[in-house]
Amino acid sequence: MSLWAQLTQYDLNARLAAESHVGNTTGHAKAAALPYRRFCVGCHGPLGDGNGENAPYMQPPMFQQPRDFQLGVFKCRSTPTGTLPTDQDLYDSITRGFDRSNMPQWNTLSKQERADLVAWVKHFSPRWANEKPGTPIVIPPEPEVTPERIKAGRDVFARVQCWKCHGVQGMANGPSASTLTDDLGRPIAPFNFTDGSRPKCGDTDKDIYRIFMTGLDGTPMPSFADNIKPEEAWDLVFYLRTFMQQHSKEKMLAKGLGLKPVDPNAPAPTQ
Amino acid sequence: MSTLTRSRFSRSSSSTPFLTAALVLVFLVLSASQPANAIPAFARKYGLRCSACHESWPMLNFFGQKFKDNGYQLMNDRDAPIWQNPGYWPVTFRILPIWHRISTGKVPIDTYTAGNPVPTGTQIQRVTSSGFDLSGLDFHTGGTLEKNISFYVLPSSDATASFHFETVMARLDNVFHSPWLNIKFGKFELDNLLSEKRILTLTGNGGIYQLYHFIPTGDGNIFGQMGDNQLGLEVMGHSANDRTRYSAALLSSNDGTVGLSYGNGYTGFFTFSQAFDAGRAGVQRLGFYAMVGEAPTTWLTQGGQLFTGANGTGPAAIGNKSFSREGFVGQFYFGPHVDLTVVTQHGQDSAWFGQGYGDLIDGAASQNNTTGTTLPVGAQSPSWNGVLLEPHYVYSPQLIFIGRYETVRMSQQANGAGYTGTGPTGIVGPSPSNLGNMSTYTIGYRYNPFMTSRAGFAWHNEYNWLHFDGTGPVTGTNINTSELLIGFDFDF
Repeated sequence: MSLWAQLTQYDLNARLAAESHVGNTTGHAKAAALPYRRFCVGCHGPLGDGNGENAPYMQPPMFQQPRDFQLGVFKCRSTPTGTLPTDQDLYDSITRGFDRSNMPQWNTLSKQERADLVAWVKHFSPRWANEKPGTPIVIPPEPEVTPERIKAGRDVFARVQCWKCHGVQGMANGPSASTLTDDLGRPIAPFNFTDGSRPKCGDTDKDIYRIFMTGLDGTPMPSFADNIKPEEAWDLVFYLRTFMQQHSKEKMLAKGLGLKPVDPNAPAPTQ
Repeated sequence: MSTLTRSRFSRSSSSTPFLTAALVLVFLVLSASQPANAIPAFARKYGLRCSACHESWPMLNFFGQKFKDNGYQLMNDRDAPIWQNPGYWPVTFRILPIWHRISTGKVPIDTYTAGNPVPTGTQIQRVTSSGFDLSGLDFHTGGTLEKNISFYVLPSSDATASFHFETVMARLDNVFHSPWLNIKFGKFELDNLLSEKRILTLTGNGGIYQLYHFIPTGDGNIFGQMGDNQLGLEVMGHSANDRTRYSAALLSSNDGTVGLSYGNGYTGFFTFSQAFDAGRAGVQRLGFYAMVGEAPTTWLTQGGQLFTGANGTGPAAIGNKSFSREGFVGQFYFGPHVDLTVVTQHGQDSAWFGQGYGDLIDGAASQNNTTGTTLPVGAQSPSWNGVLLEPHYVYSPQLIFIGRYETVRMSQQANGAGYTGTGPTGIVGPSPSNLGNMSTYTIGYRYNPFMTSRAGFAWHNEYNWLHFDGTGPVTGTNINTSELLIGFDFDF
């Protein structure tokens, strides 16, 4: 082990008192040493830096590289962009896994094991020693989907230029799609709404709302919390549903409307 | 039949020097420890360490069980082979070079007088053999043909490279987009929570679960061996997190033997289990299984010889009689290091099987139920109760200590009160109540000094002791057999 690695390991040992709180379960980092070694270390590495022995074989565009926990930057959060996720967010990520990656759903583990692993993930980054997690955003109740809301969602899609990455039909083929990189300079593909896969951070309407209001930190997907009003965010959720393969009320309504894709050459609608 | 079949001929040698050398080697290997990586085939595909799916390879943990239940899929939209490098071929080879020592008691051996090459008598004695040996060779290949269509093919050889197909199956996964409906077709392992094909022990008697293969002394029914892979169709389902599982299989009553020469008997195998979260202790699972079937006792003959049918196929047997096996399974975890698996069994065979009718083709049965045959007075259905306890101490994903105790006690002998004939061990009249009772202990450890996503390697050391009541030849006394095994279990 190199001197740097030894020093880093020393730092990590000092943070082994890290805890997590998920519901009424308290996770302890120390208790997760063995489960982490059993389940996680092959990809995320002994130091949590995403350099496990299998990391070199996970290359974009087919796979994404494992998360570097030392950075303390996470895609799936309920908290505003730039802030730390809550323990529940990390717990949900472990439970749900990440579609189109090698991170499976670890829902076979006990709740206690997952809470322990959350604490273990936190012990890798000094951010948790110096910062508090952000306050989860407030998601208003989901309104009834209507044709008008779907049309309004299409306008939002055009105005905030989702199509530049996701394409006018949500097929991940926008003009910027091939140029995207994550914060570490690694190529990254936008989400393809049409291929039947699930959004990484959950596939309920609330999850989709949350994704574009918090952004996916570390990726080119920004937070639109300052650009989209809450009711507009729901409109956008409904419009995005029309792209997806799964049967939905939104798809039926869009079909009835004869809705056409946004025109990338049209002047951007104003708010 | 165990997947890893070993030849039993070996030469005698003194074991002590070898054991000393072996222990030194253990320490050398331990001191050269490296982190464990992944196992071949699926690990190469997904990049997960072996320990992610296996408590200790090849035994599955709950995550590995879910992976298997999903049709060898992580369900990450990257399961179809189209996502793999075109050069990827999901195949794993497994073979074991071993040293073992087997000691069998109460063996009838010929005796001679000086200068006379003709045996003059028989002497009951213990026979001990030891030496270097090989296991059979397994070619595991499995995975997905397309999203939600999976397969597994396992050509397996004995130590002389004589091959058979241990597993050949295709499976439709998540039918109607539901994990509750998966359909498997072919030859496959029954849905035993404690999988014999993933057993952690390797000796001849400890390398199988005796409970899964128990046959009462003199009984002719080989078709109730739930440890053997079977031919049939299985419907299986599970909840999203695999906490709730069920399966129902319809099998041909032929113990997995290809061809139709065993007749038209069918067997059903059913399981259900529920896991629950027990806090820091971990996830616990409780379930039950039932095997209910019928198998032939009457074999058609042609010219006085067994009729095997046109072109070697059947049907060749009729006169089906019933049998059943049922029990509970518990998988209990006591934190990250200690766990215990418990399997119980109540078994029962038709009185016909108990009288030696049944599998006449392989010689397991001695009699043919021809027209007009009647059971002797005192003949009754043999039944038994058994239990299997298998504790593990998992020091780390690379080192596991294994223990096992199995026992089967006959609750009703085939030759009951009023029976006046000669029993299977030469005893005239009713069988003793303990005839055929079985007990076996196995202890061992497996140490994986390293495993990569290209290969797996374990240093394996194990001892097994097996005891039967009253089945000794000629004398009808107890038989004890023991085996010590040391070897390298590797796959690549």
